[in-house]
Amino acid sequence: MNMRSQFVATVENLLHKDSQLVLLLGDIGVWGFRNAFTQFPQRVFNIGILEQATVSVAAGLAKTGLIPVVHTIAPFLVERAFEQLKDDFGYQQLGGNFVGVGASYDYASLGGTHHCPADVGVLKNIPGMEIVVPGTAAEFDKLFRQAYNNGHPTYFRLSERANLQDNLTKLGRAKLIKRGSKATIIAVGPMLAKVLEASEGLDVSILYYSTVYPFDSSLIRTNCSSGKILLCEPYYEGVLANDIYQACSPQQLIIDSLGVPHHFLTNYGSVEEQDQHIGWTVPNIKRRLKKLISI
Amino acid sequence: MSDRTDAIYKLSTDQQIKILKRLIVQAAKTAGEGHIPSAFSILDILWVLYERVLKVDPKHPDNPNRDRFVLSKGQASLGLYAILSNKGFFPKSYFKTYSQFSSILGGHPDSNKIPGVEASTGSLGHGLPMAVGMALGLKILGNRSKVFCLVGDGECNEGSIWESILIAAHHQLDNLACIVDYNHSTDRALQLGNLKQKFNSFGWETVRINGHNHQEIYQALKQKTDKKPYCVIAQTIKGYGCKLMENNPAWHHKAPNEEEFKEIMEQLV
Repeated sequence: MNMRSQFVATVENLLHKDSQLVLLLGDIGVWGFRNAFTQFPQRVFNIGILEQATVSVAAGLAKTGLIPVVHTIAPFLVERAFEQLKDDFGYQQLGGNFVGVGASYDYASLGGTHHCPADVGVLKNIPGMEIVVPGTAAEFDKLFRQAYNNGHPTYFRLSERANLQDNLTKLGRAKLIKRGSKATIIAVGPMLAKVLEASEGLDVSILYYSTVYPFDSSLIRTNCSSGKILLCEPYYEGVLANDIYQACSPQQLIIDSLGVPHHFLTNYGSVEEQDQHIGWTVPNIKRRLKKLISI
Repeated sequence: MSDRTDAIYKLSTDQQIKILKRLIVQAAKTAGEGHIPSAFSILDILWVLYERVLKVDPKHPDNPNRDRFVLSKGQASLGLYAILSNKGFFPKSYFKTYSQFSSILGGHPDSNKIPGVEASTGSLGHGLPMAVGMALGLKILGNRSKVFCLVGDGECNEGSIWESILIAAHHQLDNLACIVDYNHSTDRALQLGNLKQKFNSFGWETVRINGHNHQEIYQALKQKTDKKPYCVIAQTIKGYGCKLMENNPAWHHKAPNEEEFKEIMEQLV
């Protein structure tokens, strides 16, 4: 099951269990949620293609004690409705769930208007916003069930790509995948699969983060004796760099950052072609890692 | 908690509102800032709403069965503060702290600080969609309370307002009333034209009233509709009741100096 199908299954299940849950779809996922529409017509809405009002409406629902889940394509949810997320949920300290599809260039062939590599970097500017980047469908299921009714606004970044194995953790906790001495790799969400392949045979630590915020600073602080870090993020590169510096302070660090480069991707094609274009390949990760170790 | 006394209610309504206007002007003068004309524009509407229409209890501001009022044009906060303090949600003495560092009363209302404030507003175009969400939520919960929201005409430039108007009509939110404070202050930027026709064409039931006539306000706010949200277009005067400020854009966000303060206060006797 992919993450999007898991999202449908998880939310359908929770709609049965929790009468406070309300789903607002931005005219996507309507077919996927067809059973939910039939079973819960009072709590499942195809609200339309108007993301700014939708996020504020969700805040109004939260004000009455309900738990909103808003689902649409990432750039429209995060970038168009950013101020609504900031003021109506962040500033008012309301709980809500925002589930985006189209992570980075998952919609590669649709072009730059449908790309959203800025989502995590943008949302981290909202104090109290939780950001979850699951690496597999099962991880999404577990993290969503933990977070959906915890009274905080939470962004779930669904991705078309996934890791081969589940690494289940609690919300806000990262996981030590492998212990080594020459360098430390931080892999966020679905970056882990390529990181594992690229680091085979190398004496490095691998830390896996499926929750970006709140950031688990203790795991990196206790697993970075080399002072050399390769940060692998599936969105604009370097978002976590300052969090890492602060977590490890006063230790001196060398951080190399792999992620989506900070320029517009103007080509189309497939996700794999975009990966090749920006250097998200196993050989390139291995090359960068060896270079870091050799410093 | 409250320093409200019933003495004010022995005065005529006109006198009571003048007292609140003096309170507003004094607060703005002390703070050195404040949107006085915006507050004066809506004060009659809020007075009728809180004195004769809304089911709210200052002793239990979070009662789930209360009616809700959202001030979407948050810059008119001084008007809301005057009404809320007069109802006993918080002491009038708080006005002395308006906009100070540790005050709960800022330039825009904060629902996490002020009893009786339903939503933190200030950025225009947020309050009405939140009110729509509240109305939808109350319907889902089977709660028969009503939601009232006041927007400014300038605020009606925002796309999110019209998005909300669409959503409210589609979901037949007859527990929602939107009051437009139509003081024409932003006609200089965009002409809204026939606002009644616009709301009607979006599927709302709409009435146009004099926003300073209490009987018209009351009749409009008590109106019930069937499966349609309700819009009250209130023709108002920005700075109403003070000739120095009425429809004068220079006063939009300004505190009076000593001379102006004296003149304003004399007009509010």
